Amino acid sequence: MEKSRPLWDNPLQFVFACISYAVGLGNVWRFPYLCQMYGGGGFLIPYFVMLIVEGMPLLYLELAVGQRMRRGSIGAWRTISPYLCGVGVASVVVSFFLSMYYNVINAWAFWYLFHSFQDPLPWASCPLNSNRTGYEAECERTSPTQYFWYRRTLNIAPSLEASGGLQWEQALCLTLAWLVVYLCILRGTESTGKVVYVTASLPYCVLIIYLIRGLTLHGAVNGLIYMFTPKLEQLANPKAWISAATQIFFSLGLGFGSLIAFASYNEPSNNCERHAIVVSLINSATSIFASIVTFSIYGFKATFNYESCINKVILLLTNAFDLEEGSLTADNLSAVQAHLAAAHPHAYAELLPQLKNCSLEAELDTAVQGTGLAFIVYSEAIKNMEVSQLYSVLYFSMLLMLGIGSMLGNTAAILTPLTDSKFIATHLPKEVISGLVCLINCVIGLTFTMEAGNYWFDIFNDYAATLSLLLIVLVETIAVCYAYGIRRFEKDLHTMIGHKPSWYWKIMWAFASPLLIISLFIFYITDYILTGTLSYVPCDDKVSFYPKFLRK
Amino acid sequence: ILFLLIMLLSPCVLLHAIMCRVSCSYGYAWDANEEYLFKAMVAFAMRRYSSKSTTQISNVLLCNVTDRVSFWFVVTDSTKNVTTVPGSEVEEAVRMNRNRINSAFLLNDKTLQFLKISSTLSPPVEPSTPVWLIVFGVVLCLTVAGIVFLIVSGIQRKNKESSETENLEEKCEVTVTIENGIPCETLDLKAGHINGVYAADDERFTSL
Repeated sequence: MEKSRPLWDNPLQFVFACISYAVGLGNVWRFPYLCQMYGGGGFLIPYFVMLIVEGMPLLYLELAVGQRMRRGSIGAWRTISPYLCGVGVASVVVSFFLSMYYNVINAWAFWYLFHSFQDPLPWASCPLNSNRTGYEAECERTSPTQYFWYRRTLNIAPSLEASGGLQWEQALCLTLAWLVVYLCILRGTESTGKVVYVTASLPYCVLIIYLIRGLTLHGAVNGLIYMFTPKLEQLANPKAWISAATQIFFSLGLGFGSLIAFASYNEPSNNCERHAIVVSLINSATSIFASIVTFSIYGFKATFNYESCINKVILLLTNAFDLEEGSLTADNLSAVQAHLAAAHPHAYAELLPQLKNCSLEAELDTAVQGTGLAFIVYSEAIKNMEVSQLYSVLYFSMLLMLGIGSMLGNTAAILTPLTDSKFIATHLPKEVISGLVCLINCVIGLTFTMEAGNYWFDIFNDYAATLSLLLIVLVETIAVCYAYGIRRFEKDLHTMIGHKPSWYWKIMWAFASPLLIISLFIFYITDYILTGTLSYVPCDDKVSFYPKFLRK
Repeated sequence: ILFLLIMLLSPCVLLHAIMCRVSCSYGYAWDANEEYLFKAMVAFAMRRYSSKSTTQISNVLLCNVTDRVSFWFVVTDSTKNVTTVPGSEVEEAVRMNRNRINSAFLLNDKTLQFLKISSTLSPPVEPSTPVWLIVFGVVLCLTVAGIVFLIVSGIQRKNKESSETENLEEKCEVTVTIENGIPCETLDLKAGHINGVYAADDERFTSL
């Protein structure tokens, strides 16, 4: 008797699994950056256009393929055409690359989470130097949060070649991260189905708490105004449209095979059209929601730094000229400065190099993305809030949930084809296969915990998946529309959900999306060729102490 | 004598004077009483440091008091012909008793500043086991317990299933032999037979 395929307990689990997979760290740390770079509120226009042209159709396509073929990526594409088996294998390989380096982020989130149970937070102030007369030199030059990230967490080496040793603390956190992932995927859909209830909903609870907290912070409004003021001239910049298309594409996680894997555990009569629309809309809404939170935090941090800068200038002037305490405030600062410059030109000129020009715009202008945003900027904002331990715990738990949700999808993409293959499934039980995959990934992932590990991480993050995914999805779309035949696909969908797809879907699948992907592909290839040698940003002692995580 | 007069009039010109400053955000009310307290504290510090009980409040001289609340002060030694105590000694005395002096004014190292006297920063209290290891240990144990539980229950379930199917097969064999009085081996269960009684009735059913 053949074992029936495991199924989701109810369609809600499937939707939650897709949301948990699609809503990941990119929604929190990449979208706000893009919004800031490409015209604030105006960026939403290319974003929604791309959502309609490529996001929803491609998502629906993958879910339908998975649900119809009821197999993981390799099996599904083999069913469509025996020559397309390679597409499935490519998906599995890319998922494997991703899972290798992605779980390191969860390890970092665990590290910060565990350190949030201290009072004061370890990144709140610089540590003392060896003879206790002042603060550690490295820390003084930058800031406590940067120091904690680059020195205490990563212990970063000056360059890729100087590998350095394994950081045992990070290695432990990575092992824990893989054990947690193993716990969630151990029983297949049975265990994953329960876990996604938590990983999908907890981030929203935390985001709502942060939204309320963020909006009530002093100076949050500055950030929001700065973000939402649309700079519509950016719409003429082709990079804005390309970034929107790329963001939609990677945010939904197309091409990895995870969506096919999840959909293959569906009842054949599941309405995947409705689910595709729901998932893509929720994903985009979450991006916007997260960027509101991020910008209120930015505004708070920028205002805080601006006011500290002003206070330092006031203190310096008050001490130097022995003015009465309280006579110099932020309002009369420029007037008094002018008066002092005129009255005591000599002394004022001596003091001038130390007086920094404080500007709120300059503070807001620092556009940050990636791990720099998540671990440096946010922790800097958190340490200045009251009850910072609570907010810190909430925030890093949210990062952890987002990361684990995406990992569940990635591992499903690898494991589903493996467990579908009769050869492997007869020899090894599901638990052993999952265990082996987790173990291999963990061992390879230890590379990222070395001192030069962050450089490897950057290289993987920037170059491992981009072109491959574009190619995979392009072949997928062309295969379904032209090799399998759009009429046949229509009939399959009619059998599954009860009605044929409308002309919107068919036009997008057959013409719009492939054209868009081809143009993205050409753009990226020309970009790589024009850039010349691909590079990473090292942390050079002589040039700039820490790698510039600010990318304009 | 003129020299002594000049020295008495402007002691702050001397090298041994130390500058002190109150830098308070809410504006510290500095008056003659506070000055008196300050002189008393400095005298107290000198007494503790040098174990001489000869330093009096009158030995501490303040000058150049500004509205900012900053001033210079010197400590004179009445036993040695009105000479001033070397600055280094005063510095050491103040550094040793910094905490007491701060507490008298309810200020701290940042708000009551003695220039030239750098404060030794106190390191934060570090517990013997880092806190993060404890939390890590807890989460690790929970995760491993969960994994072991799931694996063990999975194995148990598989054993129960296989033993159940074995029992079912056994029961089948027992009952089959006496089912309807006809031994089951004669009824070819796998092949299936068309029951002739029902085949004829097909025509009576209305076609869809």
